[in-house]
Amino acid sequence: MKAPKLPGLIGGLGITLRTMLKPAVTVQYPHEKEAPASRARGVIALKEENCTVCMLCARSCPDWCIYIEGHKEQRPPRREGGRPRSVSVLDRFDIDYALCMYCGICVEVCPFDALFWTPEFEYSENSIAKLLHDKQKLGEWMATVPEPEPLEVGALPSKGAKK
Amino acid sequence: MIGHAVLALEVGWGTTMVIKTLIILMVIPLGALILGYTFLLKMMSHMQSRLGPMDPGGFHGWFQLVGDGLKFLQKEDIMPNQADRRVFAAAPAVVVLSTFLVFAVIPMGPDLVVKDLDVGVFYALAVSSLSVIGVLMAGWASANKFALLGALRAAAQLIAYELPLILAVVGVVMQAGTMSLQGIVYAQRDGSIFGWSGMGNPFIFTQFVGFALFLVAAQAELTQTPFDMPVAESELVSGYMVEYTGFRFLFFFIGEFGTAFAFAALAATLFLGGWSIPGVTGDWANILGPFALFAKLMFVAFLMFWVRFTYPRLREDQLQALAWKVLIPIGLLNILVTGALKVAF
Amino acid sequence: MSTTETGTTETPATPGFVLDPVALTPLADARVNVELDTGDMILNLGPQHPATHGTLRLVVRLDGERVVAADPVIGYMHRGYEKLSEFRTYPQVTTLINRIDWLSSFANEVPFLEAAEKLMGVEAPPRAKYIRTILTELSRIATFLLFLGEMGLQVGALTPAFYGFRDREHILNLIEAVTGGRFHPNFNRIGGVKDDLPWGWLGECRSAMKIVFDACDVFEDLVLGNEIFAARCKGVGIIPAELGAAYGVSGSNLRASGVDWDLRRDGEPYLAYPDLDFKVWTHPDGDSFARYWVRLQETRESARMVLQCLDAMPAGAVMAKVPRIIKVPEGEIWVETENPLGQMGYYVVSKGATGPFRVKIRSASFSNVSILPWLLRGVFVPDIITILAGLYFILGDIDR
Repeated sequence: MKAPKLPGLIGGLGITLRTMLKPAVTVQYPHEKEAPASRARGVIALKEENCTVCMLCARSCPDWCIYIEGHKEQRPPRREGGRPRSVSVLDRFDIDYALCMYCGICVEVCPFDALFWTPEFEYSENSIAKLLHDKQKLGEWMATVPEPEPLEVGALPSKGAKK
Repeated sequence: MIGHAVLALEVGWGTTMVIKTLIILMVIPLGALILGYTFLLKMMSHMQSRLGPMDPGGFHGWFQLVGDGLKFLQKEDIMPNQADRRVFAAAPAVVVLSTFLVFAVIPMGPDLVVKDLDVGVFYALAVSSLSVIGVLMAGWASANKFALLGALRAAAQLIAYELPLILAVVGVVMQAGTMSLQGIVYAQRDGSIFGWSGMGNPFIFTQFVGFALFLVAAQAELTQTPFDMPVAESELVSGYMVEYTGFRFLFFFIGEFGTAFAFAALAATLFLGGWSIPGVTGDWANILGPFALFAKLMFVAFLMFWVRFTYPRLREDQLQALAWKVLIPIGLLNILVTGALKVAF
Repeated sequence: MSTTETGTTETPATPGFVLDPVALTPLADARVNVELDTGDMILNLGPQHPATHGTLRLVVRLDGERVVAADPVIGYMHRGYEKLSEFRTYPQVTTLINRIDWLSSFANEVPFLEAAEKLMGVEAPPRAKYIRTILTELSRIATFLLFLGEMGLQVGALTPAFYGFRDREHILNLIEAVTGGRFHPNFNRIGGVKDDLPWGWLGECRSAMKIVFDACDVFEDLVLGNEIFAARCKGVGIIPAELGAAYGVSGSNLRASGVDWDLRRDGEPYLAYPDLDFKVWTHPDGDSFARYWVRLQETRESARMVLQCLDAMPAGAVMAKVPRIIKVPEGEIWVETENPLGQMGYYVVSKGATGPFRVKIRSASFSNVSILPWLLRGVFVPDIITILAGLYFILGDIDR
């Protein structure tokens, strides 16, 4: 048992006084901004050349907020005498951020590393329709995707996705 | 009046009264604004590790309360269907009225007082209790169970804490020998501590018990934490004021902070020496007096708001027990001891 | 926990005292029939009310300032999680159940995925277990910091609430650095966790724990030591131990009534808790003050557990070998864990598909709130608020 403490009433006053004299912790957004962690789930970016229209992401989304349309095209054979290859071409890839839960299942499930997370979060609109990001806008988000970061001591070397 | 003393102007009684009334009418909202901004917006924010308003007006958000006031003025006047219309409308006015009346006796300088009554202290305390009627009117006329609960709690609390307030002041009156506030200020200015009259004799040194009692009772009179059961925000959502919106709510807000201003001014006058600055007399006292009073009342208000933002609130029965079983006996004891010491010395 | 093939169940482990049959009789006299009652005043607290932590409606019958009868009305936030789970795969369900108890969302995922892993016969590697333990304890700290602040707010002190939010930011930043989401981590997977820790996280975690210890000291001085707080909370809302257990009250509420029962130590072993050395805090009174005290001590204990985990963090993989498309074999299982709000359990029925056939969620707050009609009889109106704040329920946890 230490020396007799001040009555709790006085001790409480001391704490508020001390806090008042220390600087405030407020970050005055939008004049000052804090950078989120590089893994922060801000928005999803699409790398169109990797997408093969396998529809895995659209199927695994809990909210069904990814809309994909594609068609198959014939490409000339690689060698003489071969048969023409059919290639899937992406027509439409929309993510509706009004529905998106930011769970990340689509990014995780994609077998071809076509979807990436970025910590960009300042894309609010004043109309819900504008929250449907189309193929082109999702491609623009690729510029904000951070480099894969190093892992902690003791982790296995990561086989992380390459941009 | 300052015009007469400093500039040697001849102003008639009527003009003087008009000037005094205008000053009082301006002092209340201005005082409420200053107290509200400094303590509610800025001091509370910094005690909570945040900044408070920063953008309105550019410099640390000084315009916030003024903007809030203007916003309230343009709101729709909503009255509950079953409310008693006249009483509902009159309640805020009664609360603010009592604040205005208190300022009629508070001296800001040797000549700067609306009317220095011989029974100034008695008048000030009596008139400040008018707000109880306003609170009851508000709670009843709102036709709302929460409001009624809040108003009944408020009435019980305010009446209970009148007594400690008065008993705290009786010690000061006994020491000063007069009930007139101007007389009390003179008694402090011209007094001496053990023969040294360097800074007069502010009664806070001898009447520290009275000062503490006055602060506690004033906190309860203003329904501030730890005595804010009537406006318990997390239970009754502002209690008796819950149905008031717009301009009427603005009145209550001005009333609350204006009364805080008034009580702080009263405490500064009774215990800290009011407008007196040691060594300043004559016309300079008239010019610097208001600033001295302002500084002292800001100190008292700092103490009141500091306690408000730190402590939780007492339950209604604990509150009443505190008033009747603890504060009133202490007040009576204080009077006894003051009387004994006054006779002895 | 019991796995059933034929439908018979073993009785689950209990704290080990005799349940008084009188306590189990339904309290019909506490029901309030709102339409027919006259006389005493009926006060409707909620569903929109600052004190009820969300959309809980409490219909109380008052006699002056004393409560005669109280009736909680829940369901305003029912989102149908159990039905939604029938049509979603395991990763999708994990995303949903984050949102049951949204303040400590990581802790909600753990029992569900433990259940799926047990049915599959897969065990998460040790590093994943330690990461899960750390994140669960971080969620516990985050929830309790908020509790320590907002209970002060409900009792009338404005400042502790801000301190709670301010100190919680450090924990949320930690969780965001690992999982990508502050509130809804969605980090557990069948077989382990999704990613490994980023570089420098262990050091940041250590400094955050120092901040947690300081915050606990501040709360101890500002709120717990305050005589007014003690006057408001001591003797208010006493839950007798047997009655609490009969109603299903669990977690810190039951420990504050003196019951030494913690599923991390006494239940089936899960995560890394068997390796940790921690103390279970109890308090003999069962009042709101005891609940605050117990949670304060548990916050400190959680911080110590996190430090132990950081020191003992094994190296290796974070994900076991699981097939690409996970189909959980047929079976049923009950898994319960010590969540911050109390005992949370999942009864998962699987029919061999990629998603569960049926999930029954036993949430802690639902049972904690069931004691309210008994507990609120004869208290003052301000005490209702104190009791609600002390029981600490989250509406998402009650209504699911």
